[in-house]
Amino acid sequence: MPDLLIELFSEEIPARMQRRAGEDLKKIITNGLVEAGLTYVAAAAFTTSRRLTLTVEGLLANSPTVREERKGPRADASEKAVGGFLRGVGLTRDEVEVRGSPKGDILFAVIEKPGRPAVDIISQVLEHAIRNFPWQKSMRWGTGTLKWVRPLQSILCILSDDSGATVVPITAQGIAADNKTQGHRFMAPKMITVTGFDDYRVKLKRAYVILDPDERAQVICHDATNVAFASGLELIEDKNLLAEVSGLVEWPVVLMGRINSAFLELPAEVLQTSMREHQKFFSVRNPKTDKIENFITVANREAKDSGATILAGNEKVLSARLADAKFFWENDLIVAKSDLSIWTKALKNVTFHNKLGTQFDRVKRIEALASNLALAVGADIKEAEEGARWAKVDLNSEMVYEFPELQGTMGSYYIKASGRSLAVAVASKEHYSPLGPSDSVPTAPVSVVVALADKLDTLTGFWAIDEKPTGSKDPFALRRGALGVIRLVIENNLTLKLTRFVELQLLRHEIEINREQASKDDLVVIEGVAADAATDGVLPATISTILDGADTQIGGLIPSIQKSIEQVSIDLLNFVYDRLKVYLRDQGFSHDVIDACIAMDQDVDLTSVVKRIKALSEALKTDDGENLIQGYKRANNILSQAEHSSGVEYSYGADLKFMENDEERALFAALDKVGADIAAAMKDQDFTTAMTAMASLRMPIDAFFETTLINADNEIVRRNRLNMLSRIRTLCLSVADLNKLDG
Amino acid sequence: MSDTVIAPSSFQEIILRLQEYWSKQGCAILQPYDMEVGAGTFHPATTLRSLGPKSWAVAYVQPSRRPTDGRYGENPNRLQHYYQYQVLIKPSPPDLQDLYLESLHAIGVDLTLHDIRFVEDDWESPTLGAWGLGWEVWCDGMEVSQFTYFQQVGGHDCHPVSGELTYGLERLAMYILGVDHVMDMPFNDPKAPFSLSYGDIFKQTEEEYARWNFDVANTEVLLRHFAEAEAECNAILSVEPTDPKMKQKIVMAHPAYDQCIKASHIFNLLDARGVISVTERQAYIARVRTLAKACADAFLETTAGGWSAEDVL
Repeated sequence: MPDLLIELFSEEIPARMQRRAGEDLKKIITNGLVEAGLTYVAAAAFTTSRRLTLTVEGLLANSPTVREERKGPRADASEKAVGGFLRGVGLTRDEVEVRGSPKGDILFAVIEKPGRPAVDIISQVLEHAIRNFPWQKSMRWGTGTLKWVRPLQSILCILSDDSGATVVPITAQGIAADNKTQGHRFMAPKMITVTGFDDYRVKLKRAYVILDPDERAQVICHDATNVAFASGLELIEDKNLLAEVSGLVEWPVVLMGRINSAFLELPAEVLQTSMREHQKFFSVRNPKTDKIENFITVANREAKDSGATILAGNEKVLSARLADAKFFWENDLIVAKSDLSIWTKALKNVTFHNKLGTQFDRVKRIEALASNLALAVGADIKEAEEGARWAKVDLNSEMVYEFPELQGTMGSYYIKASGRSLAVAVASKEHYSPLGPSDSVPTAPVSVVVALADKLDTLTGFWAIDEKPTGSKDPFALRRGALGVIRLVIENNLTLKLTRFVELQLLRHEIEINREQASKDDLVVIEGVAADAATDGVLPATISTILDGADTQIGGLIPSIQKSIEQVSIDLLNFVYDRLKVYLRDQGFSHDVIDACIAMDQDVDLTSVVKRIKALSEALKTDDGENLIQGYKRANNILSQAEHSSGVEYSYGADLKFMENDEERALFAALDKVGADIAAAMKDQDFTTAMTAMASLRMPIDAFFETTLINADNEIVRRNRLNMLSRIRTLCLSVADLNKLDG
Repeated sequence: MSDTVIAPSSFQEIILRLQEYWSKQGCAILQPYDMEVGAGTFHPATTLRSLGPKSWAVAYVQPSRRPTDGRYGENPNRLQHYYQYQVLIKPSPPDLQDLYLESLHAIGVDLTLHDIRFVEDDWESPTLGAWGLGWEVWCDGMEVSQFTYFQQVGGHDCHPVSGELTYGLERLAMYILGVDHVMDMPFNDPKAPFSLSYGDIFKQTEEEYARWNFDVANTEVLLRHFAEAEAECNAILSVEPTDPKMKQKIVMAHPAYDQCIKASHIFNLLDARGVISVTERQAYIARVRTLAKACADAFLETTAGGWSAEDVL
């Protein structure tokens, strides 16, 4: 069985596109071959900066012959019907068969599609692949119309078996396929003729090309670690950089150089970022000083001076880069040490969003909310305010202008340099977290407050202007923001009534959005409400309730703000719940348990919801818990029916003197005891104890149902029993809405 | 490629060798455009001539001005006035990468000792409504050239595609000559009776222009000039194509484009004066782009842009 080798050789392919392109080539070609009937044993794709290579082993030499039968009309059908059938199958009347059947003679066409040689199929499939390759970005060149990532220079396509290799004839924009390729651009540029994949791979290696990107990455990693180790140093691993660098070279040669001592005082993050982003250097740490003192660059060649010229050049470029970084660092420190507010004032010139004002407005809102949140999180109010005030101070620093990815990190350095507390400084770096499901969540109270305030301000802002995520579009990363809020609250075990803070921040947005059109009186009222909330620290009630009491005109601004805050808040909090459901399902909780507990949550106290969910899940794992649910459902069904038919509520409480059997009396006693236990546990939000107490009702409830007929003939006895069921329902709904549970 | 590498001794020798090399490759060696531009790409020999079906091959030095980059001549490699070497060949030849590498050899880069890399860099000029794909070329980690295949200019698809090479001359020369500060670089032969350094020629002008660009340029005048250039560009393009005197079609794409270049440079000056806010910036860029697109449209109505009276008949 023959093997296929394809190499598409081009000018340099961007590193970030290579791996995906290799996978696409493999998928497109193998799918195309299989669709055409050519199956194979194995296939693998490889990429370098100049080639996409695919090897397919054990291909069929021909696609199998396919026989197809088609049933036509009766032999004596109208000429029109028969003619149509014959045209459809492309045969003449003599070429179709007539077969007898109970319904008379029927025409049958037997079409045999002979197999095609692999060469024909490959040529067709590859040509189609080249013309329709899914490059992220592609281009034309010269006078042609073909699109490729960069100009395609040659095509190698051979089918080989024991008898030798045949070139598969393909032409794309004047490039005819052959059995040749080139080695390394500088070290072995001569043409190489190959007979198959193994020959290709070996000859390339001799021509200074390592075909497999994983092998190149291994070589780089291994050599870099060794060269650092030999000098008593440690390579700082960087997987993304390694993947990128292995796509930039065909023949990796690791060289280690020194960072000029003038720059060693720069923050480690600055050194690392500058070296990685600008120069694609790895950082090397000296364990004795715990500083980054060296770098590793990966050249694409060996040189007769062992790389001395290359290294000297790289060191020089790095020095120029770091001189810039040092210039920014020193200038920034001057500002930081004199007056941080120079930077925050400049945020007035930076638009955050055209409907949500400037970054300066945003920081002010975040600071106000941070102040409100401080108590609930257990942070010092003054520190929380300061943390928020300076958290984004570095957005106007020179260093962050140059390296946006250092935002927050630089803020922490500069705030510290300004003489402010460590907690305030650290908040700048930490308040962006968590950036995703795997990023760690800050725990320092000031950082937590600022992180929450930042995310809630963004969420409420985009909700207020109705720019919510839709489908796959989430340009402001609001899903990530909501998950951030959830993780900050839950993982820090915060008791926080989110509704109140969301409504308060929505009010702040409404004030800004309506400032131009609002009457002075209305502004005084709503600003007063926002200010009261700020001075009180704790919010007495939701903003809509507070606004209810305000002296307002019907049809004026305040009723409309009130209404919109209420609606938008519900919508946003439902969005948060949706993210919470995703988050908890990922942790293995079942959807009905989550829904049952969310149903009980009035103030959007996420920590409490999660505690409920954990308690309920645990209880459901026990025999008692599972059976309790059945008992509860039975009690609830009977009770609901009775309530429905008579229109009466059975909430008076049962009376011992109307009880007729021991089981009834035992349940009554149990309900009293458990009722007291649950009430005590609920006060401390100890849902596990409440659930355990509830589960202990299972035995008396089961016994009760086994022995006692609810709908007794005596109406007083019946009502008394229904009152007892009502008690069961009330107690069982303490932690979760059990009706929402499946099964 | 011959193996021997002869080291150049001065900035101008590097320029002369590039001129000689690209002349040998068949390029017409043009002189710099006589207007202030931010980069060699703005020269009409690149911007306009990359449009239309006609073949084209030129190389030239273009003095370029970026007012915001001025550092009073103190930064070792930042200047508000510097030189670019620009090559534009349409259609892009299949061996353009090799031609480029040979040019490095010609100016004294020993390709057996250095690490040359083509690193992804997609080029986009919002002011010209242009984009292309290519690389920045690295020599031992230093960017020495831009290499671009033009895909669109002035909003029009380029067909055929031009290959564009841009050498940042000062940086490249400093590297080849082993100079750490641009002002120390020998401009002419250091052994000449009157040897001149780059600083002898440009240190003072860098100081003068940096001061003017940042602190003195009259922004009111500049704002007015911007509006005037914009109006003049539009006025030129709205004139009836047929010249009543010559009785033939004379579309004035180049004079209109001069006004577009002018507007673009004035915008750069205003930017350096810090009078353009972030939001206004986008609006100014869009205004220049509108002019560039209109000029590109007009150029395609000229003979050089591929228009032919016979096509119309």
